[in-house]
Amino acid sequence: MAGFLLRRLINHVVLVAVATSLAYMLAAIAFDPRSNYQDRSPRPPEAVVDARLDELGLNDKTPLFERYLAWAGGVLRGDFGPSVTGEPVLDDLARRAGVTLRLVLTGLLAGSAAGVLAGAYAAVRQYGVFDRLTTGLSFVVLAVPVVVLANMSIIAATWLNDLAGARILLVSGEATPGLRGGFAAHLADRVQHLALPTFTLSLGLAAIYSRYQRNMMLDVLGADFVRTAMAKGLSRRAALVRHALRTALIPAATYFAFSFGALLVGATFTEKIFGWHGLGERLIDSIFTNDVHTVAAISCFAACAVLVASLAADVLHAALDPRVRVS
Amino acid sequence: MVTSAERPAGAAPSAADQDAGPPSRGRVVAGRFFASWQGRAGFALLALLFALAFAGPALSRWSYTDKDFLAFLSPPSADHWFGTLQTGADVYAVTLRGMRRSLVVGLLAALLSTALAAVVGAFAGYFLGWTDRALTWVTDLLLVLPAFLILAIMSPMFSGGQWPLFVAVLALFLWMVTSKIVRGITVSLKEREFVQAARFMGVSPARIIFRHIIPNMSSLLVVDATLNVSAAILTETSLSYFGFGIQPPDVSLGTLIADGSPTAVYAPWTFWFAAGLLVVIVLAVNLAGDALRDACDPESGRSR
Repeated sequence: MAGFLLRRLINHVVLVAVATSLAYMLAAIAFDPRSNYQDRSPRPPEAVVDARLDELGLNDKTPLFERYLAWAGGVLRGDFGPSVTGEPVLDDLARRAGVTLRLVLTGLLAGSAAGVLAGAYAAVRQYGVFDRLTTGLSFVVLAVPVVVLANMSIIAATWLNDLAGARILLVSGEATPGLRGGFAAHLADRVQHLALPTFTLSLGLAAIYSRYQRNMMLDVLGADFVRTAMAKGLSRRAALVRHALRTALIPAATYFAFSFGALLVGATFTEKIFGWHGLGERLIDSIFTNDVHTVAAISCFAACAVLVASLAADVLHAALDPRVRVS
Repeated sequence: MVTSAERPAGAAPSAADQDAGPPSRGRVVAGRFFASWQGRAGFALLALLFALAFAGPALSRWSYTDKDFLAFLSPPSADHWFGTLQTGADVYAVTLRGMRRSLVVGLLAALLSTALAAVVGAFAGYFLGWTDRALTWVTDLLLVLPAFLILAIMSPMFSGGQWPLFVAVLALFLWMVTSKIVRGITVSLKEREFVQAARFMGVSPARIIFRHIIPNMSSLLVVDATLNVSAAILTETSLSYFGFGIQPPDVSLGTLIADGSPTAVYAPWTFWFAAGLLVVIVLAVNLAGDALRDACDPESGRSR
């Protein structure tokens, strides 16, 4: 197992390095940092712009490969280069990564838990009212893109707040600036801000998980070991939870790795629309400001996150399935 | 599985053929597809949406570039069926124009990505060895990079009417999972008698892949292409929403939703027509794709 994990880890490190380099190359080819200076009045002389771009390592007159080598050398020493404003990229991103991870992790936990529970319950009561309801709902939810869902929930929250005459759900930012009050007031404020983005992010995930979990659970429900568990005297509930649900969770764990990447992208939308100052918002802004180094650093973070999630899925798989641990 | 390509020339289904022989696979699948309500509903909705997108603009006297300077942000009326935007543009005309663009982009990207998946997966599975290792590695690499990120990075290249390039890049990030499935099927198909026979007769590998292996996966590929349409439309609209996809003056449903969302609270028509049509398109494609999957696979659908 250790050797297998080590080989995987090495492969992952190479993948991250290539992915980040690819993102850097693409960004360096597609972006035009020089245009940032051209709209200024008075327009700065070309020599000044060249000197500034050289300083930032973004001058398109230097060959691409030379710029890449200088940047990659810096990355190896843990320096992702300056952003277009000249500050080190990492200072800003470290704080933003925390915001994004908080959003993604709450979304992931809420979405997968809701999806697994709904799917499992729907399978136990197959063709019941709940089953039909969740099947129909998940079909509709899967057809609604995150951007539309986010805007719809903002509209619904505005309507709800008007109806109640109070600000129940807040649709902009992470917290109210300059809020007075104790810990409880701050906590309530955070929850009010977190509710809608998490809902937007996790609803699609819950729909997918509930479909998977329902099918897996149906396969397992008729299996001999569930019947044996009930025959040896376990209650129906215990047999379903400890034997059927646990076995049916294994494929969902594999799906975990894939959904993490999708969630990171979904978090980009929710951050931008709900005004959270996370990595996704920075990514979109930095594309408009032709910021090559920031984009490459965020790509590196995304690739690492996806691969860490896939390692976590392997560990989860081993924890749920004894056969993996033995072989 | 017998495809029409493998029938000897001249043996087109005659009346006698239909009475004696088993019904063709296409006919069986179509029969099962239209027997399910999902299939009928999906097909009817899609036909309706396509008719609306391509014939609908002719019904209205406004074109998507027209601006009515006497009616800014006016609600739906006899003159403007879906109301107008802040710029005075007719919502009916721009929505249909955007829908047409989204449908075309989705269909083309889905077809391209499925073709790419079939070719890459079949070559990797047929040759194995180094070809397989290299292609699998590229597949893994593209899976690690979120497609949205790369497409957003490349977005400055799409301005100025370069939407075919956008379609190509979109397709480049949709094929990976299918190609892994295709590779697995190819590995097992490779050992089958008809492939072995072709190989011993001296048929070239490329010809075996295109004439024998890929046609044998046609049902999987058709289903995959259908489901890719909804994935492509969703990605396209999300990118266009942030200004990374279809660039102005061209419009897509994504750019319309982005323009409409700030005014959605007090002028609902600017947001809900585009958003609603987008949801209906994806819903119809998903319904049709699911019904097609059940129709192609005799084991699924019935027991559940």
